[in-house]
Formats: sequence, structure tokens, C-alpha cells
Amino acid sequence: MEEKTAAGITGKTWPDVSLEPSTKEFGERIRLDPPVCGLPAFRVQPELLYNAIRFLKENKAYRFNQLTDVTCVDHLQNGQAPARFEIIYNFHSLPTSARLILKSWIAEDDATVDSIHSLYKNANWLEREIFDQYGLRFKGHPNMKRILNHKEFVGHPLRKDYPISKGQWLSEADDLLDELEIRHRLDPKDDDGDRERMTLNLGPSHPAAHGTLRNMVELSGETILYCIPEIGYLHRGFEKNAETHCYNMVIPYTDRLNYCSAIMNNVGYVKAVERLLNIEVPERCRYIRVIMCELSRIMDHLVANGANLVDLGALTNYWYLFSLREKIYNVLEEQTGARLTNSYTRVGGVWADVNENFEPSVRQILKDVPRHVNDSLKLVARNRIFLDRTVGVGAISAEDAVSFGYTGPCLRAAGVDWDLRKVQPYYHYDEFDFDIPVGERGDTYDRIMVRFEEMFQSCRIIAQALDRMPDGPVNIADRRYILPPKEEVYSSIEGMVSHFNLVMRGVRPPAGDVYDATEAANGELGFYIVSDGSQNPYKCHVRPPCFHIYSSFPTLAEGGMIADAIAILGSLNIIAGELDR
Amino acid sequence: MRFLHPTPGLSGIPQEDAEARSREILQRARIYGEDRTLTDQMMLTRLDSVVNWGRKNSLWPFIFGTACCAIEFMAVAASHFDISRFGAELIRWSPRQADMMIVGGTVSYKQAPILRRIYQQMADPKWVIAMGACAASGGFYDDYCTVQGVDKIIPVDLYIAGCPPRPEAILGAIRELQIRLERQPVRV
Ligand code: SF4
Repeated sequence: MEEKTAAGITGKTWPDVSLEPSTKEFGERIRLDPPVCGLPAFRVQPELLYNAIRFLKENKAYRFNQLTDVTCVDHLQNGQAPARFEIIYNFHSLPTSARLILKSWIAEDDATVDSIHSLYKNANWLEREIFDQYGLRFKGHPNMKRILNHKEFVGHPLRKDYPISKGQWLSEADDLLDELEIRHRLDPKDDDGDRERMTLNLGPSHPAAHGTLRNMVELSGETILYCIPEIGYLHRGFEKNAETHCYNMVIPYTDRLNYCSAIMNNVGYVKAVERLLNIEVPERCRYIRVIMCELSRIMDHLVANGANLVDLGALTNYWYLFSLREKIYNVLEEQTGARLTNSYTRVGGVWADVNENFEPSVRQILKDVPRHVNDSLKLVARNRIFLDRTVGVGAISAEDAVSFGYTGPCLRAAGVDWDLRKVQPYYHYDEFDFDIPVGERGDTYDRIMVRFEEMFQSCRIIAQALDRMPDGPVNIADRRYILPPKEEVYSSIEGMVSHFNLVMRGVRPPAGDVYDATEAANGELGFYIVSDGSQNPYKCHVRPPCFHIYSSFPTLAEGGMIADAIAILGSLNIIAGELDR
Repeated sequence: MRFLHPTPGLSGIPQEDAEARSREILQRARIYGEDRTLTDQMMLTRLDSVVNWGRKNSLWPFIFGTACCAIEFMAVAASHFDISRFGAELIRWSPRQADMMIVGGTVSYKQAPILRRIYQQMADPKWVIAMGACAASGGFYDDYCTVQGVDKIIPVDLYIAGCPPRPEAILGAIRELQIRLERQPVRV
């Protein structure tokens, strides 16, 4: 494991995980699997899954208290696979910062797995997604229902035998009353004789429902008793599209995950592919990626806070913050050619080196950020209305936040000092001097303020990166991954052949799995890629931070007022592109 | 005497006729000695022109923003590009108060019935702009969940190319719609 990660991109490797305690408990039925690009992996028999996972969570030696992700692979086209489906759990331990992958084979005919929703709160939605996309059923799940596709959809689109372009029309939107019924049934204190209840539909086209989020709420007066979120209105089939495009062609699709900070998605994706290929990008490229990512983080937080404050009635902030965003747009446009969807990175480097205007214009941005942000902060930081509407509203405890799979600013607002840039640093983040802002109460106020503070911290990182950015190439020299320069293509046979090969056959990583994550604006953005050695990913799964965070929305909103729900929703910064993929 | 936006030939009255008629009215007014009052206080025009003039300068957009394109629309609404220069800044979130729908973003099959319903809730006259590749044609999402262009479910007046379109393109589309509005007869 050591040599693999030593050559990997991440400076600091994940701690080793020993199999021993679990062998003591389960014997031969749990065993070590080949590591997933340096990440330790166990394999377990399907009937053991629930017990093994509970053991991993509760045992002192492991303490895997966060479920990072669950996904599934359909091995229909893989002749050697012992069963059709492979379910893959991805765990993370905040106390030890260890990670672990747990895999299990599931045969098609008994495609049923024990649900772990009682162990991890985010498992509820994750399992529903697998049911929706692959048709695996989870035993004991309270609400085994489609989540991304609509209720009249027939079949499971991510199965390899489902044709990609076979669309299915929906005649009428779901009324969600069945889910409300389930909530009523599960809640023992439900029948309180309140006959004044009203159900109200919010979204998916609603001024404060940023994008396409929908909630069905049951109200008593203005108080929300139950809240049923429905997602999937912006499900665009990222994973299926990735399976039919070659590795570099997936990059534009990643732009459209979290479209408020497109470059961070580009970087997250290519970093995973590079890990799979075991290549390291040149120094200059890393610094450029860091600067671009931090600029994007600032842009993302500007939109998040700007829009959130608009929902609270503070429109002026939006003008202040968005005009700063416009300035950053200008810099990105000059360097990447696009304002919003930049598609800037390539496997093995970036599209093009930055030009001579880059440094002065970024330095100018560094001067502009504090000015605009402070203007906005002056309007809100001690504003009585703002405080009344945010302090103590939608608070979540650190323990719940971890269980819901929170990462990023929302987790930090709940008081957990955890940032991938610090705990598992990549691209020299360990060499930069910056702080991680942490909240106390995990409420709306903390979430907004953590974002404001992170913008200042990003500026510190950018300034240091600019100072240290070396000269040199931005792309690796390996012609298997990076196109040769035009002169070479036209004047030498080697150049022409490698150009032809890369264009016609694309990048071909060796067969294997990889999971890699970066700290994106909303939290841990992970990519789980399975390669079968061909030019397209066999599977490319995204672990979006929003999906996990949004699954906790009912917990935050219930018991509050409708107006609070709006404030909370804004502060979670749910980006539909990333939520529904 | 001033003619407000004389647009020839569209409401059935040829330009010359309209001018001749107003000359006639003026003539009659002179006979009755009310010349001054009339020229100072009255404007003669066609209903089409004056209604269209009002409509085109106060388009009330409804943003059906689902995805990345909606973020670019935010830029259009913000201070730098400033959509209010074209009289279309009063962004309504209720279809009943809007007359220009801008579909900005990918529309999935799950979303389709909702888009259709919202379109039907808008009062006539109404116009639809399909902003960006996704709304126009499904964009590069040729897959199991994306409607291949919103014109499959609602009528579209204008398409804007781009992924996402630049803010200038959106403003250009609004201008284009305004020019069309000038020419169109008032529907009854
Ligand atoms: S056209 Fe492009 S930018 Fe617009 S919604 Fe579609 S993918 Fe996003």
C-alpha cells in the first residue's frame, strides 16, 4: 500500500486498517480485498453485511462513524465476476481519519441486502438511490421508493442492459401523500387531536427553492410538523453519460455537477483519474489548480450567501456579492475561455497555461474580496432582523451532522473541525498557512458565517500559492495522456501517431477501482471510478456533498416555521446539479 | 401632431390611411377652433402600437430556472448586466403575474408535467424563451432522463444558443422579443 500512495497525488496517505479484529469476530467470512488505489478494502459475504457494518462502526479499533457513500456496480459485461452486482460501501472514521471500502457480491436473483439506515442516517437515501438505479432491494428499509427517477419509470437505468437514450414520459407529478402516511404511522405522538392541519407543496419551481427542490410540508398553523423532500428533478444521468464517454470527454459533464464552482469538479474528477493512472501532475499545474479551485470556492460561497440573504429579505447583499463574482468571472474567462462551465482541466494537466495577466488580475481580486465581503458583512453581521432569523434556526448537533454524512462548511458550522485540505491534504495544501473556521451551534447563522470566513481564508491560500508558483510545464510529458504540441504533430511521425492514438482511443487506465476525494465548496466531492481497461469508465460514481446534507433537511425544518425552512434551505447551499447528478 | 410608433400595415389600416384620418380629425378640430388644445394634448395612434409599446417595455419574466443556465441568468439580473435596462427586471415567481417565461436549464421527464402546468397557468399573451442548449434541444444530455428540448411540451418563441449562453445573448433575446412585439397585432 505504501509504495502505491507514495507515488500517488495525495501527499498524506490514509492510515492503514487492520483486518484482525474483524477476523476474530467473523472468521473467514470477512477478508482482505486488494486495495482500491491505496485505500484499504474488505470483502464480506452479503448475509453478513449488517453485522459487519455495525461492528466496524461500534468497535473501538475501527470507529467508522461516517458513511461516505454506498454504490453499486453492474458486472453484466464482466465475464469473470462471481455475481452480477457488487455493492460498495465507503466508510470514514473522523476520529482516526482512516477510510475503508467494504465490498460484497450480490447475485441477481436474490438482489436483496439488509438496510443499514438505523446505523447511519444518510443510508436511507443512498439505499433508495441504489434501488432506483440498479434495482437492488434493501430489507427493512422504511420507504423503498424511487428517488431520482419518476414514479412511472420502468426498469433501472444504470443497469448495463438499459439503453441510455430510452426516455420515459411522466403523466403527473407524485403527490407524496404516501410518504406522509408513512411518517404518520411511524410517529407515535402523531394523533394529538390537531384537526387544523394543512398540507402545502413548496417547489419544485419556487422562488426560495433554489433550483428544483420540492418539499411537501404538513403544517399546524405556520409550524412545520412533517416535511417530505422530493429530489431528482434535475437528474441528468451523469453516471450513465460518463459510461459512454471517454475519460477526457467526461470533464464537461463534471462542470455541470456543482455549476457554481465548476472548476472544483473538474479538478476532483481528473485527480481521481490521475490516481487511477498513477501519474503526478507537474508542480506548476498543482498551483494553478489550487488557485483556480480557491477562486471557485469564493465564487460558490458568494452565490450561496448572496442568495440566502435574498431569501431573508436582504437584497442589497446580492448586488454587492454578485458584482464581485462578476470580477472573478472575468479572470476565469480570460484564462479558461468560459465564464461558468470552464472544463479547464485535462487528465495529466490543464487545458492551457495561464497567461501573463493572470497574476496581476488575481492579485486585484485578492484586494476586491475583502472590500465586497466586508461591505456585505457590515449590513448583516449585527443586523437585528438577520440575527433573529438565523441564530438558533435549523441547528444540528455535531453527532447528527456526522451521521448524516455532512462534510464541508455545514459540518464545520456544527463544530467539527474537519477539512480534507487539512486532514488528507493534496496539492501542497499542507504547506499553506490557513485556518479552518468552525461554528458552535450548527445553525443557519454559523453556516453563513463559516462561508464568509472561508472566503478570507481562500484569499490567504491564493496569495501564498501565487508567491510560490514555479515556472515550468503545466502538463505531464507522457504522450499517452496529453496531446503533443501542434508543431510536433505536423512535423514528426511520433507526434502524429500519439496524437492519433489519444484522439481515437483516448486515455486507457489499467483495470481497477479508485476512490478519490477533494474538498469542494460544499464538502467532500468524491469520485468512485471503475475501469475495465477500456477508454470509457466502466462506472463513474460521484459522491456529492449535497445529497447527504439535503437528506437531513426534514430534521432541520420540522418544528420550525415555513420562513425558517427557507432560511435553512439557503444556508445548506443545495445545488441541484450535484444533488441529482 | 405626433404619431406614436407608426407600424405600417399590421392592424389592417394602411399607414397612409391612418395619417389621412388623423389629418381629417385635425381639420375638423380647426373648424371648431380647438386647434391648440388638440395638438398639445392629444396623440393619435393605433391601439396596436400603444399596447405593444407598453408590453414590450414591461415584460415580466418568469424564470423556470432549473440548472446551470439559471446561475447565468442571476448574472443578467445582477448589477453588471442589469436586465432592468430593458424593462424586464420585475422577476415574478408566480406564473399568474408573468408574461415572458425563460426556461433556463435542463428539463427532465420528471420536471416536464410541472413545466407544462406552469405554462398553462400563465395568462395570455405570453412568450417563451428557451435559454441554452438543454432547454432548446436537451443539450449534451441525450439520455434516459432528459427531455430533448422543451418545445416537445410547450410552444417556444425564441431559442438562445450556448451552454450556458452569455448574458449578452440573453439580453439580445429580450431585445429580439421586443422587436417582434412591436410588430404583432394585439390579440383579443
Ligand atoms: S445548456 Fe449547458 S449550462 Fe445550460 S442548463 Fe444545460 S448544461 Fe447547463
